[in-house]
Amino acid sequence: MTDVTITVHYFARLREQLGTEQETVTIPANLTLAELKQRLAERGAPWQLLTGERPVLAAVNQAMAKNATPLQDRDEVAFFPPVTGG
Amino acid sequence: MTDHVLVASADFDAAEQLQQLRQTSNATGAIATFTGLVRDYGDHSNVTGLFLEHYPGMTEQVIHGLIGDARERWDIQSARVIHRVGTLTLGEQIVFVGVSSSHRADAFAACEFLMDALKTSAPFWKKELTRDGEHWVEQKDSDRERGARWHQSDPGDD
Repeated sequence: MTDVTITVHYFARLREQLGTEQETVTIPANLTLAELKQRLAERGAPWQLLTGERPVLAAVNQAMAKNATPLQDRDEVAFFPPVTGG
Repeated sequence: MTDHVLVASADFDAAEQLQQLRQTSNATGAIATFTGLVRDYGDHSNVTGLFLEHYPGMTEQVIHGLIGDARERWDIQSARVIHRVGTLTLGEQIVFVGVSSSHRADAFAACEFLMDALKTSAPFWKKELTRDGEHWVEQKDSDRERGARWHQSDPGDD
């Protein structure tokens, strides 16, 4: 299977807890958003926060995305807590 | 269409925004504006300031989308949304929403809708700075409910 490269951004509380703002990740093509979260969570603490009890929202290419979304080469993925602006 | 969306750390002049809305169209008969300020309590007491983070690019797209949603529901001429990011101190302005329309009902409704939607849909995150430390703000059920009620009933025409 061909591998693809994506960028992953983390925001707010999640960014602080993971100690990561942005990273480049190489994954098999057509991995879903849920599978990406699972892979990242397998890194161990604190990464299991991505699949923990606290809700984590996700965007793909700057649009809100669901767990079943398949990821393509050069996609921009973002994980973040529920929003609290305004 | 002369909509305006700005996400920036710099403060804004609400009077100047109002002036811009007045110049939209000769059909404008009503302008509704909302300004949000940093207050001294939230999830915690003794709040001395806020830190606001956003997702550059997506935030602006989402806000333009919300203005598009408002246009589909109400007869509005112009919408202006300004949201500040970074560190803000007590009493500072956080957000401005202004809408011009021919009629007050549409201006009020669209302004309130945009403000409610900003809280539940736009990728901003607030952290409260207090004398005892910093805390990320939790999303409120009340905000979710206010956001959801716009999807429950059709405002109809007035």
